[in-house]
Amino acid sequence: MSRRWQRSGKRIGPALAGAAGVLALAAAWEAYKALVPDDGWVLGEVRVLPRTSDVAMPHLWDMAARAAEPLTSAPDSPPLWLATLQGAGFTLGVSAVGWVTGVVFGLLVAVLMARFVPARAGLLPWVVLSQTVPLIAIAPLVKRWGAQLEIGTFDWQDWMSVAVIASYLAFFPVSVGALRGFTSPDAAADGVRLDLFRAYGVGWWTTFWRLRAPSSVPYLLPALRLAAANAVVGTVVAEVSTGLRGGLGRMIVEFGASASADPAKQWSPIAGAVLVGLAATGLVALVALGLRRYRVEETA
Amino acid sequence: MTAVVVSGAGRVFDGGSGAGTVALADVDLTVGEGELVSLIGPSGCGKSTLLRLIADLDAPTSGSVTVFGKPADRAREDQDYGIAFQQAGLLPWRSVRANVELPLQLRGRAGRAERAARAAELLALVGLADFADHRPDQLSGGMQQRVAIARALARSPRLLLMDEPFGALDEMTRERLQDELLRIRASTGAAVVFVTHSIAEAVYLSDRVVVMSPRPGRVVATLDVPLGGPADRAARGIELREDPAYFERVSAVREALHSGDTAPDRVPS
Ligand SMILES: Nc1ncnc2c1ncn2[C@@H]1O[C@H](COP(=O)(O)OP(=O)(O)OP(=O)(O)O)[C@@H](O)[C@H]1O
Ligand SMILES: [Mg+2]
Repeated sequence: MSRRWQRSGKRIGPALAGAAGVLALAAAWEAYKALVPDDGWVLGEVRVLPRTSDVAMPHLWDMAARAAEPLTSAPDSPPLWLATLQGAGFTLGVSAVGWVTGVVFGLLVAVLMARFVPARAGLLPWVVLSQTVPLIAIAPLVKRWGAQLEIGTFDWQDWMSVAVIASYLAFFPVSVGALRGFTSPDAAADGVRLDLFRAYGVGWWTTFWRLRAPSSVPYLLPALRLAAANAVVGTVVAEVSTGLRGGLGRMIVEFGASASADPAKQWSPIAGAVLVGLAATGLVALVALGLRRYRVEETA
Repeated sequence: MTAVVVSGAGRVFDGGSGAGTVALADVDLTVGEGELVSLIGPSGCGKSTLLRLIADLDAPTSGSVTVFGKPADRAREDQDYGIAFQQAGLLPWRSVRANVELPLQLRGRAGRAERAARAAELLALVGLADFADHRPDQLSGGMQQRVAIARALARSPRLLLMDEPFGALDEMTRERLQDELLRIRASTGAAVVFVTHSIAEAVYLSDRVVVMSPRPGRVVATLDVPLGGPADRAARGIELREDPAYFERVSAVREALHSGDTAPDRVPS
């Protein structure tokens, strides 16, 4: 069955390409380090190529060796790689909460805009405007607001502020993508399917669940992927700017501060961030797998 | 009771500014129970617009439309008609069977088993019994169109509205589906309003051909086609397509179409 072959090929393809990409990056790193002098290239007053000294660009094997050593010189300190993995797990968890929150909120906004045309005109500019607010500026604000929040015995945690910021970034692509998807039957040649649903005499919500929502999937999946990337970046940046402990963002800042003494150390949390990104991409791929029925090409 | 009565119907589309397009002006049309009436005319003469008025997918700016004695909107709410367009408009994420079941699933109380039985029956009727579990994108254009027709028949409507349903198909497939439509008509007794660009198709299928003309869209002639009932026609098939009586009607429709071009004021015969 050639069809099945193609399909499994499609599934293995991206993984191979990804692995090849990582190898190519590693090779480029070491090649650059080997070819460019330690001090980089300086033309007149301007440094056109960055330094390649072991402080600025440690060898990959030095990074790996450092990851195997303990985190600090304290006697019971865990190895660096374990601390990094724990940090990555924490960051991934916060990102996931932010992603889910952002996706739910983005879908709600999109439904609202699809259902009420005046809401579309009123909301869409704000949705776009919301993303021009600098993240660094709002992060401490969100943290302060959260700290003042008191709902019965519910206690606002600092990580929740970070998740809120991540969701703030995740919601944008989802709301825009879902709106395009929900309204795609209006544009589809002559709107035959919408005419059909009208001929069946069913209401807006039935039409939504049976036609608009399934039609939106091809538009929604890229948006979910973008939202996942945004959620991870948002989490790491918000960890830094709110000073939240436990995640990769804080580790990158802390280790970066001691980079001249221990240059290989800060690369561990950076690699951890890459891992978090890969995990997030994988999770979205699972969602896509669950929705594959709706990804079929348009038919006549 | 008559299936469709359109009286003095007009439809003007606002072009935003100025006079607007008169898509239909003062159209009268009556379709009897079980009758097949074709609408034919050059592009832009308002065939689709007229069909959409009957289907209550659009509202007339003047005049009235009744379907089985009810206002068109009531008839739509009651799902008194089935409809098919030039594009099959199947839902690609549903199997062929689930596509045919769609109207039953959206409205009405038919249970799962009942729906499946009805879908199987309809797919057999259009010759696609073996394709129930296929996806629409695995079917050819002609097969997709047959699924769309089966779907239109799902609730056993006594009126079928069809807008160039065979328009995108090749001649062979087209003639096969025409025979199929005749057989379906013979077995269901449904009235049909059929929009087409093809004179041959209109004559072959119809009891009556309504010739329309553009700017403004109106009916210029109505011609009877006394070539026998649908079962009869389907049985004769190719032989009917070569019958002199058939050719005579084809010529008559062609003349009416061309005189519609030059003498817009000609009264319906
Ligand atoms: N939604 C609309 N808005 C504005 N004008 C319209 C609209 N629908 C149809 N018209 C105009 O009404 C006239 C009749 O259109 P209609 O689609 O009914 O023609 P038709 O006979 O079905 O043509 P064809 O054979 O090409 O399908 C055309 O001039 C068209 O431009
Ligand atoms: Mg048309």
